[in-house]
Amino acid sequence: MQTMERQRVAPVHPRPRRPAPWPVEFYRSTVGMKWVMAVSGIFLMGYVFLHMLGNLKLYMGADDINHYGEFLRDLLVPIFPRTVTLWLLRIGLILAFFFHVHSAYRLTRINRRARAEGGYISKRDYQAATIASRSMRMTGVVILLFVLWHLADLTWGTANPDFVRGDVYRNVVASFERPVVSLIYIVANIALGLHLFHGAWSMFQSLGLNNPRWNSVRRGFAAGFAGIVMVGNLSFPIAVLTGVISADDNPDCRVVDGVIETCELYAGEGEG
Amino acid sequence: MIGELNSKVPSGPIEDRWTNHKFDLRLVAPNNRRKFQVIIVGTGLAGASAAATLGEQGYNVKVFTYHDTPRRAHSIAAQGGINAAKNYKSDGDSVFRLFYDTIKGGDFRSRESNVYRLAEESVNIIDQAVAQGVPFAREYGGLLDNRSFGGAQVSRTFYARGQTGQQLLLGAYQQMMRQVRQGTVKLYTRTEMLDLVVKDGVACGIVVRDLVTGQVTSHSAHAVLLCTGGYGNVFYLSTNAKYSNATAIWRAHRRGALFANPCFTQIHPTCIPASDEFQSKLTLMSESLRNDGRIWVPVDPDDTRPPDQIPESERDYFLERKYPSFGNLVPRDVASRNAKAVVDQGRGVGPLKNGVYLDFSSAIERIGVEKIRERYGNLFDMYERITDENPYEVPMRIYPAVHYTMGGLWVDYNLMSNVPGLFVLGEANFSDHGANRLGASALMQGLADGYFIISYTLADYLAGLLGTDPVPTDDPVFADAERSVGDTVARLLSIKGTRSVDHFHRELGKIMWDHCGMARNKAGLEKALSEIPALREEFWKDVRVLGGAALNQSLEKATRVADFFELGELMVRDALHREESCGGHFREEHQTEDGEALRDDENFAYVAAWEWTGKGNEPVLHREPLKFEYVTPTQRSYK
Amino acid sequence: MSGASNETIDVVLHVWRQPPGGEGRMVTYTEEAKGISPDMSFLEMLDVVNERLIAKGEEPIAFEHDCREGICGSCGMMINGQPHGPQKGTATCQLHMREFRDGDEIYVEPWRARAFPVLRDLIVDRSAFDRIIEAGGYITAPTGSAPDANLIPVPKEAADAAMDAAACIACGACVAACPNNAAHLFTAAKLQHLNLLPQGQAERYQRTVAMVEAMEEYFGSCTMHGECQEACPKEISVDFIAYMNRDFVKAQLKNRKLAGQT
Repeated sequence: MQTMERQRVAPVHPRPRRPAPWPVEFYRSTVGMKWVMAVSGIFLMGYVFLHMLGNLKLYMGADDINHYGEFLRDLLVPIFPRTVTLWLLRIGLILAFFFHVHSAYRLTRINRRARAEGGYISKRDYQAATIASRSMRMTGVVILLFVLWHLADLTWGTANPDFVRGDVYRNVVASFERPVVSLIYIVANIALGLHLFHGAWSMFQSLGLNNPRWNSVRRGFAAGFAGIVMVGNLSFPIAVLTGVISADDNPDCRVVDGVIETCELYAGEGEG
Repeated sequence: MIGELNSKVPSGPIEDRWTNHKFDLRLVAPNNRRKFQVIIVGTGLAGASAAATLGEQGYNVKVFTYHDTPRRAHSIAAQGGINAAKNYKSDGDSVFRLFYDTIKGGDFRSRESNVYRLAEESVNIIDQAVAQGVPFAREYGGLLDNRSFGGAQVSRTFYARGQTGQQLLLGAYQQMMRQVRQGTVKLYTRTEMLDLVVKDGVACGIVVRDLVTGQVTSHSAHAVLLCTGGYGNVFYLSTNAKYSNATAIWRAHRRGALFANPCFTQIHPTCIPASDEFQSKLTLMSESLRNDGRIWVPVDPDDTRPPDQIPESERDYFLERKYPSFGNLVPRDVASRNAKAVVDQGRGVGPLKNGVYLDFSSAIERIGVEKIRERYGNLFDMYERITDENPYEVPMRIYPAVHYTMGGLWVDYNLMSNVPGLFVLGEANFSDHGANRLGASALMQGLADGYFIISYTLADYLAGLLGTDPVPTDDPVFADAERSVGDTVARLLSIKGTRSVDHFHRELGKIMWDHCGMARNKAGLEKALSEIPALREEFWKDVRVLGGAALNQSLEKATRVADFFELGELMVRDALHREESCGGHFREEHQTEDGEALRDDENFAYVAAWEWTGKGNEPVLHREPLKFEYVTPTQRSYK
Repeated sequence: MSGASNETIDVVLHVWRQPPGGEGRMVTYTEEAKGISPDMSFLEMLDVVNERLIAKGEEPIAFEHDCREGICGSCGMMINGQPHGPQKGTATCQLHMREFRDGDEIYVEPWRARAFPVLRDLIVDRSAFDRIIEAGGYITAPTGSAPDANLIPVPKEAADAAMDAAACIACGACVAACPNNAAHLFTAAKLQHLNLLPQGQAERYQRTVAMVEAMEEYFGSCTMHGECQEACPKEISVDFIAYMNRDFVKAQLKNRKLAGQT
């Protein structure tokens, strides 16, 4: 008679034998990681929203936007010396970004492991999953790469040959005047919009904020938030490409041979 | 040889019997309990609740189920509710009334003492279930809601939507899983019991087959508890789950346990009729539908018009016509038999002419669609999902179907069979429902047995075994039993015939339904008695079981159907011998002038307990006389 | 409004066949799946195919099923990319062939998840669910120790919500539907069934932590696709997952010694 050994289903993710201190233990669990992801996500959401809001000053001219950049460096002066508050915010931002990415990476690995080898042969017919929810990892990676490039382009200036430190308006316009760069921005911001749309909705779940009274508006909130941020951000490269924003008709800028020399009012006074 | 059947019913006033008996039973001290090994087969309400309770008390328990998880047992499908004499509605219920109703409903074929105990324990079940978190329906004030069920005159039925069985089973399952975690209960899933092992007349273990690997192994214990449910699937088409089977109790029967009242089968009147020959099982619709639906068939058997075009004058509301005062609310057995009668006359409705109409149009006219939707919405949806007909517009088609078996292994007051060490709980035993079970009482019995009775009576038995070890599994009795199981399996795999197991099962079901179903007569039963053995011979010659021993569903079915043949024969024999009509057992020869069941208390007020005497031999009948001290047997009338 | 129609349909069936302990593949059945009555349930259609396979001397398709009333949770298979097939809120056993048209190609696969290894054909091992329940899916209520059932009133809304959660049949469709193979809906349903009731408060947070930890040993994480809710034959809401998450975080922050469980 044919017989074989009966196998007991083994844990897919065996728990470490020794319990860790509670924050580590909390962060070990996927529910905890999702919570960290949601909290860091909220921080990042706040950031992208304010970033977009601040950048709208581009439409008000070089004076306004550059003045705004200066205001950020002067935040909470004289409680803190100049740029300290900005750096504290940046450190927070970096931490949030790090945990957001790190938890995403670990969750992805865990989920991969939970899946059966080969998966389904036939095509899945998804009922509820959206493009946004299914592409979170992809849009996440796109955003990560974009952020690095964006820093190189407009913060460090290493990717922007005409970079002038502190001259925000000039740098933005000079950068977006290159169609390829604008295209990168457009693609990345569509990715960001999708990412925000699913993130802003699902964070309520991860945080356990669920109340029938306002459950119905969560989708609306997510769509509205992602939409506003995306439309705002997309408007900048488009505005530059279509000439709505240009250095030519901005009295604050000096253009020499079709190239912006400078738009700065405060150039040289600040750093960072 | 089996002597006089001793039911061990205590004496004294009925309300004190169980209390006094519990005091008289011996105990096993907590520190000694871990020295006892107990085997439980089946994880339905009875099995899971017993495992939870015994595990908690400190016994070593092994629990076996053929399902992938204990929570799939067929108790899960019970819809209506569970009775308890709580009298929360203050409408005149009491332990005695529940006892009285159950004895009367069982048509005076059950033991008074057992039924009284059941009614007594019913109140504890509700307390226990609520403490476990069973989400029973509640009133707005937060207290428990009750409804009246199955024609009862008091509201004593507790319910959790239409999923009472599911919720009670999950409660018991969760308690059992707690013990699994604590290590007192060891759980064996996908493991089917295929034999009982008896040494020197005492049950000492079981032989099981691992359904995944095909391995046959033995487990020994101080006591074996069978909680394996009923055998309605003998009929092939029934409301029972597809896997439900009689193998565990049948193998125990073949090892010496008496089978009591096998012919007592309950037929439920409101099920959805079969749609074609491939119908695999029947679906029950709650009995409550008869409160507002009117049952009818066309007067003319050849009437093929759609129901709404048949004028009132050409409809036969046969229940209202025959039973003017009860009308459509006559008891289950009466409604069922009358539906069968009109279908037999060729007046059935539907494409296969195998149903009767249950028409809501006049109720809808009277109280409106909304009210009907409120009352029966989920049932109507289920009906539409299955039949694709909208019962708000077209009358439902219903037909009776087998759904419960009152018979089972004979047990004494302690739930122990005549084989010492073998206990039988729940639907698998015969004890509490007589010839007919009341609605919402099956859940009650399973849980009373498992939670509140077995721990006392088992302790009494085990107390006598203190200091002894279970028979080791290398004892020759185990080897013999294993060999016999292995032989059966090998034989089934080697026949390599031409017809599938389902084919034979369907054929058996047809014989059973035609001759041993809702109405039985001598000629038909005798015919069945000749047809079943012939079909069984055929089965053992021509069944086709492909594949090997590892995870083979055809093989699983084959072992079960093989036992159904033998059990079916015994049911027919029992029905033939019982020359009276009572409850679910209706002998056409024994009816009143109005066509009602006619009991013969003079000659048949006993439990018929059959003893297996070997293959091909006639079983021997043992009688346990039934005495009625508290409820006087009466004749039912529904005119 | 067809009732039982006489017309039959022919379908083409692609089924995952995998012998015990062996490798699997998709097998196509054309002849065997002809002349199917639309009134058959999906499982009855498989019964018919199996009868024909047996007649041909081929081993029948193994699939799990028991009550065939949508309550035991045994059945479950991926049908055309949807767990339990195209009808919402319906287990495979209650799905009927009238959902399909003549000539349809039907792809049938077992649930796929690492924690649900395939035992044969369409049968998978779902015992990981038992491990989750075992970890804490109960209220400790030793037999005989219960107070009167009406001692603690349970607000009707809470009882109803607990019942909504308790309706879970543990079929595994949520895990099968989830692109991450998460069992959050199953676990949350059991947790909230017990956590919503007054009787369940004493163990609420330790239960939550224990069950979530057991769940995470076998399954993936929740990305909130919402596929589980769509696949669930009992239409259990993903809202319960949010409550589980909240209870889990609360359990981390609470001083359970001094603040009690609630």
